[in-house]
Amino acid sequence: MEKQTKDHAALAKAFIRDEEHVNWHDGALWWIRQKRDIASKQIPEWEALREAASQIKSNVLSNLDDYLVQFEANAIKNGIKVHWAVDAEEHNAIVYSILKEKDIRQLVKSKSMLTEECHLNEYLIERGVDVINSDLGEYIQQLDNEPPSHIVLPCIHKRKEEIGELFHEHLGTEKGVSDPTLLTRVARNHLRNVFVTRRAALTGVNFAVAETGEYVVCTNEGNADMGAHLSEVQIASMGLEKIVPEKKHLGVFLRLLARSATGQPITIYSSHFKKPREGQEMHLILVDYGRSRQLGRPEFRDSLKCIRCGACMNTCPVYRKSGGLSYHNTISGPIGAILAPNLDMKKHADLPFASTLCGSCSNVCPVKINIHDQLYQWRQVIVREGYAANTKVLSMKAMAWTLSSPGPYSKMGRAGRWVLNTIPFAVNNKFNPWYKQREMPDGPKESFGEWYAKHNNQTPEAENQSK
Amino acid sequence: MTVGLFIPCYVNQFYPQAAIATLQLLRKLGVDVVYPPRQTCCGQPMANSGFDHLTQECNDLFLENFSGFDYIVAPSASCVLHVKQHIHSTADPAQAAHVRSRVYELVEFLTDVLKVENLNARFPHKVGIHQSCHGLRGLYLAQMSELNALPFSKPVQLLNMVDGLELVTLDRPDECCGFGGTFCVAEEAVSVKMGKDRVTDHTKNGAEYITSVDLSCLMHLEGILQRNKSAVKAVHIAEILNSTL
Ligand code: SF4
Repeated sequence: MEKQTKDHAALAKAFIRDEEHVNWHDGALWWIRQKRDIASKQIPEWEALREAASQIKSNVLSNLDDYLVQFEANAIKNGIKVHWAVDAEEHNAIVYSILKEKDIRQLVKSKSMLTEECHLNEYLIERGVDVINSDLGEYIQQLDNEPPSHIVLPCIHKRKEEIGELFHEHLGTEKGVSDPTLLTRVARNHLRNVFVTRRAALTGVNFAVAETGEYVVCTNEGNADMGAHLSEVQIASMGLEKIVPEKKHLGVFLRLLARSATGQPITIYSSHFKKPREGQEMHLILVDYGRSRQLGRPEFRDSLKCIRCGACMNTCPVYRKSGGLSYHNTISGPIGAILAPNLDMKKHADLPFASTLCGSCSNVCPVKINIHDQLYQWRQVIVREGYAANTKVLSMKAMAWTLSSPGPYSKMGRAGRWVLNTIPFAVNNKFNPWYKQREMPDGPKESFGEWYAKHNNQTPEAENQSK
Repeated sequence: MTVGLFIPCYVNQFYPQAAIATLQLLRKLGVDVVYPPRQTCCGQPMANSGFDHLTQECNDLFLENFSGFDYIVAPSASCVLHVKQHIHSTADPAQAAHVRSRVYELVEFLTDVLKVENLNARFPHKVGIHQSCHGLRGLYLAQMSELNALPFSKPVQLLNMVDGLELVTLDRPDECCGFGGTFCVAEEAVSVKMGKDRVTDHTKNGAEYITSVDLSCLMHLEGILQRNKSAVKAVHIAEILNSTL
């Protein structure tokens, strides 16, 4: 997936070819968006909560260094072994070294988009460590050798029939079986076996509390807990920005997270991990991987407030119609389109343009990230840095057109309308992407400007006024 | 009070009837309206494509045309939003700030400045409102479904004054149509799919007309309606509010 060279527009076009599937995908995510609306509207103080969350995160981002140091000290006090990783490579190497020291060759993983970002699975598999993603959606994606397409609903782009086919191929279910309950049961049996035999478990981190040195993992399936509780080595990977200052702040975020994500009042499991069990080793890796760079970009810094609820994806009409994989980045959708260019501007130059800037994402976001404004800002940066390959031609045209002074502008307008009326095939052809599935507007005989000049006796005054 | 009429480039060239309706409607309501003829474009197509740094000439021309007015009114929410957010001037920042604070989209000018309570208009049809995103979430012309806040709608407030008009209820009242400026060609497949789905929402709920405060959205939806030989028509809200059919 990472090696693909196609951009969002091309990948989206391929996804849209199966229109019935797109309708289903769009409908499923819209249904979740509606559940989120209902849940959020049951809380009178919803908007105040969003504001509080946003401000808590502003404080965190402004004092991140202090909070991280405080968190580290408290975590160490609790008996957690803390590691720091500057990038993906370093993170992966740390995980591997922990396993190697104990001669562990199998790892069970749950709820970690960060390790997907770091491509930990490939890294470990190459070194002879067997990794299994234990959350059902991620497990399915792993069976299909595909990255997750959504941060909360990793295989939302797959139909149950496709999943049935995968299970038939890999888990030996009967061909044609696609009943979700049945398939879930099969997966659960496989995973139970994994849980009891693996000695090491890795989870992500939703929130890390500076005040106490503990961390919280929110899941619906409970697999993170199952893995962690049965393991002899427990590893947690967290991005630097996951810090909240005090335990009391969790109340704000836990109320927002599940409601925004799926419309649930709270995730089924919000597990607090503070210290290792007797005989267990607990490691926590604090990962930068571009985050401090983003912190240093004033216009994009607030993207680090993200709590990964996925609401911006569910609400985004472009995401719903194009599928998460079309964003060719671990974090897809609107927030992914802001985070990705920070990691690699050239490779992800197309993503900030994969939006209509409708603004729904910014208003759904529980921590009030100005997502669509940041997409607009990224476009400016990407063009300035010379990475605007896909849209450049069109933009240049628009520029040449609009930059014209009033005289050439009205002449060109007249010419354009003349073309539309007289030789429509000059524009109505397959090289015009507008015309492929849409009619061009009718070219009226005269522009408003021309009409006004003829019909308005105020023209001379208007002329004066405009000079 | 003198109002400068700002008619965005594509409205001027392709939808003069909406511009004429805007002018006539404002005059009917007793407003002194002037159209500065040397206007072209607000610069939005460039800025939204990432070429904001090339919009200075456009900005200067806009300021030259519109600085002298008490209000600037346009029948296009997205252009108004662009002016409000991005028109700037290095030579005269105060003048730019003045223009930014005096520019209004037609509907909000009617409801918030003129405080119109009656319209002598008649449009006996079933109408669906397409909420332009820039009007909805940018200019806040209506309450968006994302927020937990009291509902209101300035376009509905005005359309309710039109005789014989019946508003249809949509399944997704404020979803984007997929126009998105250069997005409509750069991401042709997604854009069209989004537009088709918007059109379907209106048609299946019985709309005879789709109206909006933004002609750019309507141009896109109209292109899809016409390609599919639909009987449903796109019409700018100014034409309805000025209509005496
Ligand atoms: S940007 Fe906001 S809405 Fe999107 S995943 Fe992050 S917190 Fe959720």
